[in-house]
Amino acid sequence: MTLLALDWILMLEKLILIAIIVFASLGIALYTTFSERKVAAVLQDRPGPNRAGPMGLLQPLADGLKLIMKEEIIPNSASKGLFILGPAMAMTAALMTCAVIPWSSSVELFGRKIDLQIADINIGILYVFGVVSMGVYGIMIGGWASNNKFSLMAALRGASQAISYELAMGLALIAVLMISGSLSLKTIVDQQMAPGAWWNIVYQPLGFILFFICAMAECNRTPFDLPEAENELNMGYHQEYSSMKLGFYLFAEYVNMIMSSAVMASLYFGGYDVPFLDESTLAPNIAAIIGVLSLLTKIVIFLFLFMWIRWTIPRFRYDQLMNLGWKSLIPLALVNMLATGAVILWQQG
Amino acid sequence: MQALTNRAKEVSREPMTFMERLYLPNIVKGMAITFSHIFKKQPTIQYPEQKREFSPVFRGLHVLNRDAEGRENCTACGLCAVACPAEAITMEAAERMPGEEHLYREEKYAAKYEINMLRCIFCGLCEEACPKDAIYLSETFAPANFTRKGFIYGKDDLLIPDKNKAPEEYAAARGAARG
Repeated sequence: MTLLALDWILMLEKLILIAIIVFASLGIALYTTFSERKVAAVLQDRPGPNRAGPMGLLQPLADGLKLIMKEEIIPNSASKGLFILGPAMAMTAALMTCAVIPWSSSVELFGRKIDLQIADINIGILYVFGVVSMGVYGIMIGGWASNNKFSLMAALRGASQAISYELAMGLALIAVLMISGSLSLKTIVDQQMAPGAWWNIVYQPLGFILFFICAMAECNRTPFDLPEAENELNMGYHQEYSSMKLGFYLFAEYVNMIMSSAVMASLYFGGYDVPFLDESTLAPNIAAIIGVLSLLTKIVIFLFLFMWIRWTIPRFRYDQLMNLGWKSLIPLALVNMLATGAVILWQQG
Repeated sequence: MQALTNRAKEVSREPMTFMERLYLPNIVKGMAITFSHIFKKQPTIQYPEQKREFSPVFRGLHVLNRDAEGRENCTACGLCAVACPAEAITMEAAERMPGEEHLYREEKYAAKYEINMLRCIFCGLCEEACPKDAIYLSETFAPANFTRKGFIYGKDDLLIPDKNKAPEEYAAARGAARG
């Protein structure tokens, strides 16, 4: 069935995939807020939320309901359009990242081969970087539109932090791209999956540590959560926000966490690859399901790592943050890039 | 400078060593500590279902005692009110009428006995002042209330239930631990 020279079934297929992935991301983000509280509690010898439903499992629904029921306040002095645009932008940018992540190998349904990736574009990782940078606008616009000095300070901090750390992140990434020779996430994952190939973490241990630290800074997670520093900035860039607009900001942070975990798993930990298992010997549908579970497991491990770090170490001071970014991470990333290049040249003889 | 005590410790101003400047080893060490807390026992008591046991010397809500035959001990002498540093206790005395011997132990009794729980500091001086063993601090505490008036406890709140007639209510009013 081709009309207008378009494969309509492909469109439908992609739309369904988009819906599934977006809702799954939101659902996982919902429960990430819950597990964040649970992990925090367990690390601090507390039981954590346990009243709503069995083991507190309905807590995120109660939290969401509470946020929706709250009064929607737009301050008089705020610029209204931008004030609403801020959280919308943060959320959109966070969700857009999922478009290029290969969630698994392809499944065969109704005689069609369906890729479990919304778009396998050949500049996948560049797209991720572009979209993640857009997320900074959410913070900037929200902080600016609030017309509040604390929000503005927080937005400034967020923007400068994101810009500084994106640099080191990009440099750490270049080393991976030099090994893989491709910007497509699918190709990068396939290369790590090939029999006899190792995951990129083996070749790029330093690069991964740099990338991980920068990813934490990009997500505004604790050691780098200066834009949300409660004790200096009251609450940060979302201080004037209430109700679901605040919820969007908080939610976007968790979606960002999930997406950066997925990107890290794809770049350094073989994506949907199961170690010591040759997926090509399995039926394609089973391999795809195992792949999704494998990627989800890796994401969950990364999320736990994010939370574990958050509840262990305190926040950086602003000058320490900038020193770390510009004087340590960027030189290290450059050295890592040069070393990788040298080894590749040496191997090519 | 002469130290006042010998306990002062000099702060180390040495520059950080290379390992310390790496940060990561120490962060890993800290993460190991937090991880070990996953396996520690939680001291949490799930309050409305579980309750923490008070120590036997806990000074909680007051009870007005009865004697072995279920008669009220209080004679409204007013010594507790005099002893009370917070002036939380007020009372009115009345004379025992013929036929009320099974209710009150002596010829005089408290017709009205009020303690303002918002004033009370739970010091236990009333308990010490009482010559008739009539007032005791139990091992329970005053529950929350919506009004200030609700915290003025009258005789119907304070008087302990008869041990012989209602043993369960009696035990609840005293608190658990002493039995």
